[in-house]
Amino acid sequence: MRNFAAILEREVRSYFLSPLAYVVIFFFLAVSGIFFYLILSNFVEICIRATMQAQMYQMMPPKLNVNMMAIRPMLHNMALFALFFLPLVTMKLYAEEKKSGTIELLMTSPVTDGQVMLGKYTASLVLYLVMLALTFVYMIFIYAYGEPETGPILSGYLGLFLLGAAYLAFGLFFSSLTENQIIAAASTFAFILVFWAIGWISDFVSPRIGRVLAYFSLIEHFDDFARGVIDTKHIVFYLSFVFFGLFLTYLSIQSARWRGAK
Amino acid sequence: MIEVRHLSRNFGTVKAIEDVTFDVRKGEIVGFLGPNGAGKTTTMRILTGYIPATSGTAKVAGFDVQEQSLEVRKRIGYMPENPPLYGDMTVESYLHFVAKIKGVDGKLRKRNVEKVMEQVEIKDVRHRLIRTLSKGYKQRVGLAQALVHDPEVLILDEPTIGLDPKQIREVRTLIKNLAGEHTVILSTHILPEVSMTCERVIIINKGRIVAEDTPDNLTARLAGSQRVVMEVEGPVDSVISALRAVPGVMSVTADRAGGDSRSVFTVETSVGKDLRKELARTVVEKGWGLYELRTVEMSLEDVFLHLVTQEEEVGN
Ligand SMILES: Nc1ncnc2c1ncn2[C@@H]1O[C@H](COP(=O)(O)OP(=O)(O)OP(=O)(O)O)[C@@H](O)[C@H]1O
Ligand SMILES: [Mg+2]
Repeated sequence: MRNFAAILEREVRSYFLSPLAYVVIFFFLAVSGIFFYLILSNFVEICIRATMQAQMYQMMPPKLNVNMMAIRPMLHNMALFALFFLPLVTMKLYAEEKKSGTIELLMTSPVTDGQVMLGKYTASLVLYLVMLALTFVYMIFIYAYGEPETGPILSGYLGLFLLGAAYLAFGLFFSSLTENQIIAAASTFAFILVFWAIGWISDFVSPRIGRVLAYFSLIEHFDDFARGVIDTKHIVFYLSFVFFGLFLTYLSIQSARWRGAK
Repeated sequence: MIEVRHLSRNFGTVKAIEDVTFDVRKGEIVGFLGPNGAGKTTTMRILTGYIPATSGTAKVAGFDVQEQSLEVRKRIGYMPENPPLYGDMTVESYLHFVAKIKGVDGKLRKRNVEKVMEQVEIKDVRHRLIRTLSKGYKQRVGLAQALVHDPEVLILDEPTIGLDPKQIREVRTLIKNLAGEHTVILSTHILPEVSMTCERVIIINKGRIVAEDTPDNLTARLAGSQRVVMEVEGPVDSVISALRAVPGVMSVTADRAGGDSRSVFTVETSVGKDLRKELARTVVEKGWGLYELRTVEMSLEDVFLHLVTQEEEVGN
């Protein structure tokens, strides 16, 4: 536990000492903010038009659901932005240490490879939580001007967290394969993209195969969270993804030891 | 303290080390000497638990490096070839981090970090970011990192590489002062380094141990070896093969052309033999012209090279 904490602490510090973390946080917030603005102003426009129509026909103005019409698309957008930014969060975790040789310190210290791995992974989760927490500020706007349901927002964030956790686990894996951070980030991005796109392919193949493919789509499992439904089968799916990613990472580190590669 | 038995390690088809066996007693300083690619780093990496051996066993303080790796790692301070430094940390926070993962707690950690910064004289840069330090200071931080948990065994891979002469002297003195309390293995490819710091030398070449002795004995054993330089007029290839055929000659190389059809040959002879007479006779009997014949003192480095090539030829 102490070893895990020591690794975690160093990684978190190192994130916040490097410009990269701030750049990632800034652009994630900026891009999310822009889309938040666009979606919300679109929603407001629809509301105004609906109200005007209602007045014309002398009816009660309809109650439009801000959760379904603004927050849900917003959550979907953030899931996409995470796909772009999270590979940048994990790329350095092993690659940098392999390149600089500090991995030799970790691997010859009385610390297990598992403790090192979990420390690094948890550090990336911490940074991601910071990113998510900051976007929460946007939701406060909605509370100020509308009456959203809190449940779907929270479940949506839970979904975002789980989805991101799956990205990060595979990011860690790809970082453990190379000493080149760019390669680590690019392969993570490509890999995750495939597991998004699998859902789209499923429309073009036979329904049986389509259902299987759709099951493996990372984003298919997200929509329920965005609609306010927390289903254990989705949680199990994302957690399996995380475990699988960590398992591969562990194998890759063990194999590097045997091969004598860095 | 360290027992290595029949240790081998392959990288694919490359045999990095083969059947390496040696012992190091408690408190001893042992030098690992060998040319590039000899297998020094590989041996050290197996001892520190960084990579497993292909076959053979090694024990440190009674613990098997394979089976009880974590116990071994607690007792070893290791400085790899490139000091494993985090550029974005300050010297002090880095040493605290290393102490933490080596299992040093609380108050003791603080004391150890202070002590080790004093020992390698880096107190003046304690708040500096490591990436801003000079090469020499980085090397010292690397040494501090290996010492911070006060380990029983120190494994130092080329600790003086890249340092200026003054720093080299300082680091050597430092290592010498560590003896007794710590058991030290250090690797180098500089012979004077081991003769200055080590009580015992293990010479390794192409993955095998070729000699093991005290530096004094080693130098004495080799002091008689010679190198003869000859300037001969005659066909280069024939001269080389004729000289090679003389018993006791290890190697012959033709250097630069002398005047006209003359060449300068360097002849390495085996330990403790004076072959000048035989060499001269060979040349004269063949009817070639002998213009110069003199012996050259071998430097310590030459002696080492000599030993390495000699053993190799005996092996073939
Ligand atoms: N990870 C690896 N993969 C493949 N071959 C390796 C690896 N590490 C070492 N070798 C090979 O093993 C042999 C011994 O290398 P090693 O690094 O142990 O030598 P060394 O004595 O430390 O040399 P130097 O003085 O250059 O540091 C070399 O032929 C090297 O190419
Ligand atoms: Mg080496």
